[in-house]
Amino acid sequence: MTLQVVTANRLDDGQAVFYSKDGQWASSIDEALVIGPEDNDEETLAKASSEDNQLIVVGPYLIEVNGDEGVLVPVRYREMIRTKGPSVRPDLGYQAQ
Amino acid sequence: MYKYDDYDQQLVNERVEQFRDQVNRRLSGELTEEQFRPLRLMNGIYLQLHAYMLRVAIPYGTMNSTQMRQFAYIARKYDKGYGHFTTRQNLQFNWPKLVDLPDILADLAKVQMHAIQTSGSCIRAITSDQYAGAATDELEDPRPWSEILRQWSSMHPEFTYLPRKFKIAVTGATSDRAAVAVHDIGLRLRRDEQGELGFEVLVGGGLGRTPMIGKTICEFLPKEDILSYVEAILRVYNQFGRRDNKYKARIKILVHELGADKFADLVEKEWEEIRDSGLHLPQEEIDDFRAHFLAPAFEGLPALSSVFSEKVSADQDFAYWVQNNVREHKQQGYAIANISLKPIGGIPGDVSHQQMDALAEMADRFSFGELRSTHEQNLVLPHVKRDDLYDLWQELVKYDLATPNSGLITDLIACPGLDYCNLANSRSIPLAQRISKRFGELDRQHEIGKIQVKISGCINACTHHHVGHIGILGVDKKGQEFYQITLGGRADENAKIGKIVGAGFSTDEVVDAVETIINKYIELRENKDETFLTAFNRIGAQPFKEALYGTR
Repeated sequence: MTLQVVTANRLDDGQAVFYSKDGQWASSIDEALVIGPEDNDEETLAKASSEDNQLIVVGPYLIEVNGDEGVLVPVRYREMIRTKGPSVRPDLGYQAQ
Repeated sequence: MYKYDDYDQQLVNERVEQFRDQVNRRLSGELTEEQFRPLRLMNGIYLQLHAYMLRVAIPYGTMNSTQMRQFAYIARKYDKGYGHFTTRQNLQFNWPKLVDLPDILADLAKVQMHAIQTSGSCIRAITSDQYAGAATDELEDPRPWSEILRQWSSMHPEFTYLPRKFKIAVTGATSDRAAVAVHDIGLRLRRDEQGELGFEVLVGGGLGRTPMIGKTICEFLPKEDILSYVEAILRVYNQFGRRDNKYKARIKILVHELGADKFADLVEKEWEEIRDSGLHLPQEEIDDFRAHFLAPAFEGLPALSSVFSEKVSADQDFAYWVQNNVREHKQQGYAIANISLKPIGGIPGDVSHQQMDALAEMADRFSFGELRSTHEQNLVLPHVKRDDLYDLWQELVKYDLATPNSGLITDLIACPGLDYCNLANSRSIPLAQRISKRFGELDRQHEIGKIQVKISGCINACTHHHVGHIGILGVDKKGQEFYQITLGGRADENAKIGKIVGAGFSTDEVVDAVETIINKYIELRENKDETFLTAFNRIGAQPFKEALYGTR
């Protein structure tokens, strides 16, 4: 089984964010808490979906990723685009920063 | 254009303040996302891959220069400097912050705009012919009727929670530029045998997972009965439309399952109950609406303009633009100017804030301050003096808005696809860009002639790919983007669903596949005047299948 991370969109500006090790929400997927095959993904998702987090983000969900902590690449192309920005506008989104 | 009265303005202003309160309550935790989501959607606010998206209603594609300037201002101040014209004649901003959205809606309200009826299971913004009030083949201006329907449908209490969204399109011309046959209700103004004008009513058209062409359930409806009849249709749908399965919830499924005759009987029965109610339109009221759409103060001009003719002879680039993008106007000495939002290799429908400001200026200078948006993701200046066309074209050139490709292969329609959209399975824009570049050379486009290519990034079919002459549907095949091609569809007055030509193509293969189709058409057409669609209808799909897949 591949690795997973929790992602969502930030409530105030809608940007894609990732649940990090310290329980915060990071803009970069590389800062995400990595859920391994032995870890309890549902428990992490529940934490990320807590009442407090519902004031910070919208709709947390699990995505599959490849790589190691620090260098993570989503498996699905859709999620790859979320981590970067529109492929047709390299001047916009995270990829532009 | 329709101008708000005090009541309209108050309603829109109050709606903004309601939404401001709703946003504050969401941010404070008083409202959960589950409670807030339908409220934001009722104000045209979606959450997409990278950010929120605001879809602004442009009722029947009609706007003025002040509104276009306000779009530019909003794009600059709150967004990332651009907007995207959609296949529903609306405008989308792709990057607004939730915390800014009440202010954005307040800024829209200042110019008589809003985002109501751009989302949710309600009657959506009415769409119509972009050449309304200007077309030579117009029997009657569809805008007063679109506005009557807009006012009746806006926040209609009975139809705010329909089984699914509901789209109505109106045309008043013999050529259907509004694709009315692929809408939930399509209204066509037509003459009866006595020469009276009334509506032909089509119902149950729509694309998506189950593409269907609308069925005519009333050949000729007296115009004054339009609201009662449409209300009767909505009542039947609201009562019998399926709510158990969202893929079977559109009216097309109900009409299909009942049969058009049975559906028409139910509508007729309902209509008899309400025909003489307050929904019957008195002539004075119709006249009041018409008064909002009187022709601008056209000058009496000669049919031929020597200034114009000289410029056409002297400047080949201008001549090409005129040939492809300019259409006849019903007023002598005037023309309709199509402004392509499809630069070669560009993103279909995207307009920068600088271009928006420039377009507003051009509308003021050349077209009585009026602009139109089209379901083909382009803009129109509807009333331009032929003598002014050269000056207009020079301005368009300065802002990269003079691409002379209206109706040609690079005038392709593409949804935002997986680059922005939460529903998409694959990207559309990069494919549109690649096809545009492949066929970008103008001589080649002229050689190919009139053709419509429509690309959707998912089966929801926002670009109407089923009725494209060449339709392309992006699908996800084991994590890879794949593209399925349909041929022979059309969205006009002879609307028809295209047929899937065969197995899908990978991203690497699909542009070559389109080129194979085009080359086969050129090889087999009888002469240069036989368009792709005419040739396809004559020779069928088989030669294209063989060209694409061999004789297996």
